[in-house]
Amino acid sequence: MREENAAIEALLATQYDQVLRDWLAEVASAGDRTGGRGGATTSTNEANELLMALRIGAKADGDLEKFDDPAWSGVRDALAVISRDRAAKGSTAGETNHFILSLKKPLFSGLQQQFAKDAARLVAMLWRISTLVDKMAQHTITTFQRSREDVIMRQQQELLELSTPVVKLWDSVLAVPMIGTLSSTRTQLVLESLLQRIVDTGSQLAIIDITGVPTVDTLVAQHLLKSVTAIRLMGADSIISGVRPQIAQTIVHLGIDLQGVTTKASLADALALAMKLVGYSVTRTAKA
Amino acid sequence: MQRIPILRMGRVLLVTIQVDLQDQTALALQDDLSEMITRTGARGVLIDISALELVDSFIGRMLVGISGIARVLDAQAVVVGMQPAVAITLVELGLSLSGVRTALNVERGMALLVHDQQEGQA
Repeated sequence: MREENAAIEALLATQYDQVLRDWLAEVASAGDRTGGRGGATTSTNEANELLMALRIGAKADGDLEKFDDPAWSGVRDALAVISRDRAAKGSTAGETNHFILSLKKPLFSGLQQQFAKDAARLVAMLWRISTLVDKMAQHTITTFQRSREDVIMRQQQELLELSTPVVKLWDSVLAVPMIGTLSSTRTQLVLESLLQRIVDTGSQLAIIDITGVPTVDTLVAQHLLKSVTAIRLMGADSIISGVRPQIAQTIVHLGIDLQGVTTKASLADALALAMKLVGYSVTRTAKA
Repeated sequence: MQRIPILRMGRVLLVTIQVDLQDQTALALQDDLSEMITRTGARGVLIDISALELVDSFIGRMLVGISGIARVLDAQAVVVGMQPAVAITLVELGLSLSGVRTALNVERGMALLVHDQQEGQA
C-alpha cells in the first residue's frame, strides 16, 4: 500500500470523529450556508459519505496522482451527488468548492501529528494528498457545471416547445401566434409543426401572427419569407398579420420586398380575409 | 430505365411519382408529358409528389420546367401533395418554384383545375 494511503487510512481509523468535527468547523468558519436549508445536518451527512468513500479508496490503494483510478470511483460518485444536490439547492460553485477544500485542514493536522518527527516525509506526503484534494474539488466543479448546463439545456428545450403553438382558427384556417425573437432554430421548428398541421388538417390557409415579435430585421424578414414560400409550396396560402406601425416602417426602410405576401394589420382582419377566401361569410343576427 | 406512368382522366393528366426520381427518369417524364399534352389536348396536369421524400435542385427545376411547358401548350400544371420536409428543403435550397401552382392533395388540385376551367368558359 502506498505510504499516503496508509496514512489516510490510519488517520480515519483512529481519529474519524476528530477529522469530521474539524472539517465541519472549518467549513462553518467561512460562513458556509450551503448545506442549504437543511443546514448543518446536510453538511454532516455529505461529509460522512465523502470520508467513508475516501477511506474505502485509500484501503483499495488508489493512485493519488490519477483521480480516474477505479479505486476512487466511490469518491467520485459521492462528489457527484454532493455537487448535484448543491446545484439544485442554488449554492454557488465557490461555496461547494470551499466545502471540499476545507477537508485539507483536518487531514493535514492529522498527518502532522503522525509524522511530526519526519519533516521531509511529511512535506512529500502533504503535497500528494493536497493534489488529491484539489482533484476532488476540480471534479466537483466539473460536475456542478455540467448539472447547471443540463438545467439550462432543458429549460431552452421547454421554452422552444412552449412558444410554438399552432391553433386552428376556423375550418381550413390555421394560425401561429409568434412570440419573442425569431431565431433560425425557432422559425424552423414552428415551420415544421405548422406544415405538418397543414397536412394533418388539410387546411388551406395559415395566418402567421407577428404581434408578439419585438423587432423585425432583415434576418427575421427572411425567415418569414421562407415560411411563406414553404407554405405556398405545400399548396396552401398564408397571411402575415399583426404588423405594427413601427415594424411596417422598418420593413420599408430596410428595403425588404414583401411582394406576393398578404399582410394585415391585425389578426381580426386576417381572419376576416381568411374566412372570405375559404368561402364563409359572417352575418350579424341581432343588434348589440 | 424506369418510366413514370401518365394517367388520363378526361381533360386532365395525372402523374403520380412513387419512386425517388433519377435525373434520366425526370427528363423522360418531361418528354412524355409534353408529348401526351399535345396528343390528348389536355387542359390540366396534376403532378402528385406526395410519395417523394427526396427532392434536389434538379427535380425542383424540372417541376418549374414542366409547368412552363404545360403553360406554353395551354394547360395548367399543379404540383400536389408536397411533404413538409420537402417544402423546407426546397426553400433552404433557395428554390421557390415561382410560377408553379400548388395544392395540398389531388382532390384540391382537381378542384382548382375545374374551377379555373369554369372561369375560363364563363
